[in-house]
Amino acid sequence: MQKLYLLVPLAPLLGSIIAGLFGRLIGREWSHRVTIGLVFVSLLASIVIFMDVLEGNSYNGTVYTWLMAGDTRFEVGFLIDQLSATMMVVVSLVSLMVHVYTIGYMHDDPGYQRFFSYISLFTFSMMMLVMSNNFLQLFFGWEAVGLVSYLLIGFWYTRPTAIYANMKAFLVNRVGDFGFLLGIGMVLAYFGTLDYVSVFVQAPEIANEKIELISGVPWFVITLICILLFIGAMGKSAQFPLHVWLPDSMEGPTPISALIHAATMVTAGIFMVARMSPLFELSDTALSVILIIGGITTLFMALVAVVQNDIKRVVAYSTLSQLGYMTVALGASAYSAAIFHLMTHAFFKAVLFLGAGSVIIAMHHEQNMQKMGGLKAYMPITYWTMFVAALASAGVPGFSGFFSKDAIIEAVHFANIPGSSFAYFCVLVTVFVTALYTFRLIFMTFHGKPRMDKHTQSHLHESPWVVTVPLVVLAIPTISAGWFIGSMVFGDYFNNVIHVLPQHDAIEKLSAEFTGIGAMMLHALTTAPFWLSIGGIFTAWYLYSARTDIPAKIRARFGLIYNILDRKYYIDELYSWFFAGGTRALGTTLWKFCDIKIIDGFFVNGAARMVVLTASMVRRYQTGYIYHYAFSMIVGILIILTFWLY
Amino acid sequence: MLSDFPLLTLIIWLPIIFGIAVLATGDDRNASFARWISLTGAILGFLVAIPLYTNFDIATGAMQFVEHRTWFERFNVNYHLGVDGISMPLILLNCFITPLIVVAGWEVIKVRVSQYLGAFLIMSGIVNGVFSSLDAILFYVYWEASLIPMFLIIGIWGGANRVYAAIKFFLYTLLGSLLMLVAFIYLYQASEGSFSIEAYHKLPISMTPQILIFIAFLLAFAVKVPMWPVHTWLPDAHVEAPTGGSVVLAAILLKLGGYGFLRFSLPIVPDASHYLASMMIVLSLIAVVYIGLIALMQADMKKLIAYSSVAHMGFVTLGFFFFNAYGIEGAMVQMISHGFISGAMFLCVGVLYDRLHSRQIADYGGVVNKMPIFAAFFMLFAMANAGLPGTSGFVGEFMVIMSAVQISFWYAFLAATTLIFGAAYTLWMYKRVIFGAVASPAVESLQDISKREFALLAILAIAVLWVGVYPFPLTEVMHTTVEQLLIHIGNSKL
Repeated sequence: MQKLYLLVPLAPLLGSIIAGLFGRLIGREWSHRVTIGLVFVSLLASIVIFMDVLEGNSYNGTVYTWLMAGDTRFEVGFLIDQLSATMMVVVSLVSLMVHVYTIGYMHDDPGYQRFFSYISLFTFSMMMLVMSNNFLQLFFGWEAVGLVSYLLIGFWYTRPTAIYANMKAFLVNRVGDFGFLLGIGMVLAYFGTLDYVSVFVQAPEIANEKIELISGVPWFVITLICILLFIGAMGKSAQFPLHVWLPDSMEGPTPISALIHAATMVTAGIFMVARMSPLFELSDTALSVILIIGGITTLFMALVAVVQNDIKRVVAYSTLSQLGYMTVALGASAYSAAIFHLMTHAFFKAVLFLGAGSVIIAMHHEQNMQKMGGLKAYMPITYWTMFVAALASAGVPGFSGFFSKDAIIEAVHFANIPGSSFAYFCVLVTVFVTALYTFRLIFMTFHGKPRMDKHTQSHLHESPWVVTVPLVVLAIPTISAGWFIGSMVFGDYFNNVIHVLPQHDAIEKLSAEFTGIGAMMLHALTTAPFWLSIGGIFTAWYLYSARTDIPAKIRARFGLIYNILDRKYYIDELYSWFFAGGTRALGTTLWKFCDIKIIDGFFVNGAARMVVLTASMVRRYQTGYIYHYAFSMIVGILIILTFWLY
Repeated sequence: MLSDFPLLTLIIWLPIIFGIAVLATGDDRNASFARWISLTGAILGFLVAIPLYTNFDIATGAMQFVEHRTWFERFNVNYHLGVDGISMPLILLNCFITPLIVVAGWEVIKVRVSQYLGAFLIMSGIVNGVFSSLDAILFYVYWEASLIPMFLIIGIWGGANRVYAAIKFFLYTLLGSLLMLVAFIYLYQASEGSFSIEAYHKLPISMTPQILIFIAFLLAFAVKVPMWPVHTWLPDAHVEAPTGGSVVLAAILLKLGGYGFLRFSLPIVPDASHYLASMMIVLSLIAVVYIGLIALMQADMKKLIAYSSVAHMGFVTLGFFFFNAYGIEGAMVQMISHGFISGAMFLCVGVLYDRLHSRQIADYGGVVNKMPIFAAFFMLFAMANAGLPGTSGFVGEFMVIMSAVQISFWYAFLAATTLIFGAAYTLWMYKRVIFGAVASPAVESLQDISKREFALLAILAIAVLWVGVYPFPLTEVMHTTVEQLLIHIGNSKL
């Protein structure tokens, strides 16, 4: 079994190396064959491991010692349990589908082999992240997925927008990682180890320890640790105010938007917090922060999605909002619900993105929905799979998104820590907004009259099988993944993995009420989320299918609000003025003034000039005339004599 | 048999003898002969250093491969050599870099070839001498001698403003080290006639002289590292130096300063070191934050990397003065890693400079379109420079930050800003130079790297990844020595 664990990350790594270093040698065909084959191996191994975990087995062991410093061993190792096994299957399945899809999407791209190398490298990094049994390796995976994300956003490196977006993504993530690394440092300082299990065992012992960051203001150490770790999650999972990189990351090719910026990498933060549940449970303050940040992200990012016209940007803002849902769930101590939504979201969002990509190919790389319409007739498979995903996204009963989202909303409803009522309000309103923007996308793209030019219209056709097969394969769990809510959220699936304190009993209360998915669906008909969702779909239909003249009027009437949403609350402008501009101004001042003028100009070269000056003055005494020297000798003798005499 | 073999003498003198032989080949008609002798000498120099690692006893913190011969009996000056877990990795680094320098200058240097290569070989031997001397005067001789080849390299093969830079480099470092000599003379008196560094380690000294000695050492070592605010010679020296000179300067010569702190300041005057630790930490943190911000705004690639060197060396001095194992081992790893990464970064700039004769970022743009292989290497080294896990750049910074948290959260907070600044200045430069559409006809004419350049960068890439993925063998050798050093500096000498 242990060899199988190694196979899961190493197979894609091997694929990445082969396609990356020898891609030109083996050609396009073999590059995708090798990488897809090896990711498939990884998927098979993940499934075998998952089955093994279902039987109740788990594993926690070291692969090798990375470093010894002092008395501490830093190791590379695996922790295989329900949580990591679930993630492994989700990651390798979505990754495999995206690999296949890429054959079609990147068909004519000169960087074909490079692309396969990157996405396989991503799969390796993500596996290292989820399989880790310690913080160090977690950080390695964390940064490695960030690197691949950087490389892939900037994949088309001649586009100015792409190379701006990838640097922005990396730097904003680094801000998160800054907090994350400090959090890891605090863990090491207080627990003396970075091994998960040892840390979790000791956690209750330091629950009451305090630290004074500013003297006189004591903080619970555990709160500080959790908030620092969560800052890392905010970067990676794009939570407000570190969310700004994700919409721009859409500059990358669509397959990676699906794989990295929707289904897997961005959920790393959610996964991490769930993994650290024994720590987060000890700090109500940290949980409150998480609830509020999650609530803000959920609602305000969903609102932005409503006014976007770029099909990928709509899905990107939708991702932000859905990540907000997961974050809110974490804050409400509903970790299992968060992971469950992570899983269902991975499937339905991958379908939405890959579907959007399929549309983009058909439209000859046109992404503006205002130039689409009526595509349903030309692309039935894309349409129906995306329609199913939209239903899941909007939370219509029966589809996967319904179960996971409903569990989150109910859990927040039951939560009793500060901030939970705000978060409840946010997630509830967002149900309506989600249904609205998702079906706005469906109606604008697939229904109504075609708005594209004649030339594009005459070329419209369904995408090839390498594109549609992944859509269909992923559509299956988009419908059905939710049916496992009984065991995964309300059952004992995560029992030994996720720890919840008795006073944070939201999920426990929900479990008591849960009697089966049928009853859950029936019950939903009597609750607000269901009607909000139906209302959202109906509104979308009315505005974007029945009375398409209304949206323009609304926009004219509420110009200010429209502008604020369209400019994404002006946050990008603020950051680029304050942070980017401020740092550059500070750097220039320090350089031109402190370094050049003061240190080098005044002290260093000033000292040199002083030497020259003094020397040129002293030189005047060396005149070379004997009578000058004789004169000064006489004066000297006189002075000495005076001293002797008195 | 092996224990009696003068291995260190061989490691020091083999490159020097080869260097003299190269000089003897004379003018440029024999240039290719000079190149081949140099390469042979440099590779042999590396090969003879390998037993240092394979026969190293990791269980002891005592000096190994010790050689002891009388030099000046009258003043009790000895030819006393030996290495421990601190100096051994640095010697290996030096011997590893030297062949790369020879290859880096292979086709690039066309005038006074024999003198150029000879200077590097001789310097390589001298630097090995610095790292293995156990006698203060012997150390001082090697220390000052190492200035001369570098002075010539900048002054003769450098850029337009080379004379200013060479003299600034020479005077600055010379002034710093004179006070170190004064400290040695004081210690000679205090120890009643000994120049043995190991004897100094055991010598009790009261507080005031300890502080004075610390400051004397500080001036010598801080200039070399260089620490803020005595760093301004470095950007000038780097900008004017030829590629090989920059590589040796960054990869090797800066390490002399770091090594000095570990061999002299901490163990000889531990109480003063503790007393002045917070000052040292503040200076190091300024180097990390302030220099990081300055690096961001540089328009000249070499200046940018030079400033980034100062910031990275800030981590070295920072790690020393937390007085714990993470810090000192982290600082040691950082020194080795910086040797690989800064060397590689300067080689990358050299590759571009050799083609377009410009170091200005603004003159480039879209290089990846013409030099994809080069761009891939440069990406790796840029990421290593930004401290990405999996590369050697991460290991040292990580350990020093872990060490800082143990002392104070705010120290760690400031140190960790390198995660942001380091990434910002490196990737912003990378973006402007490498990415984008082809920016000019000059860029359009670029050819991708040759086999020679490929080999150089590939060797460094392997080193960077190896230390990043599996640093254990590297820290293993320094472990016992650092442990003993920590115990030693934990005991007061008052």
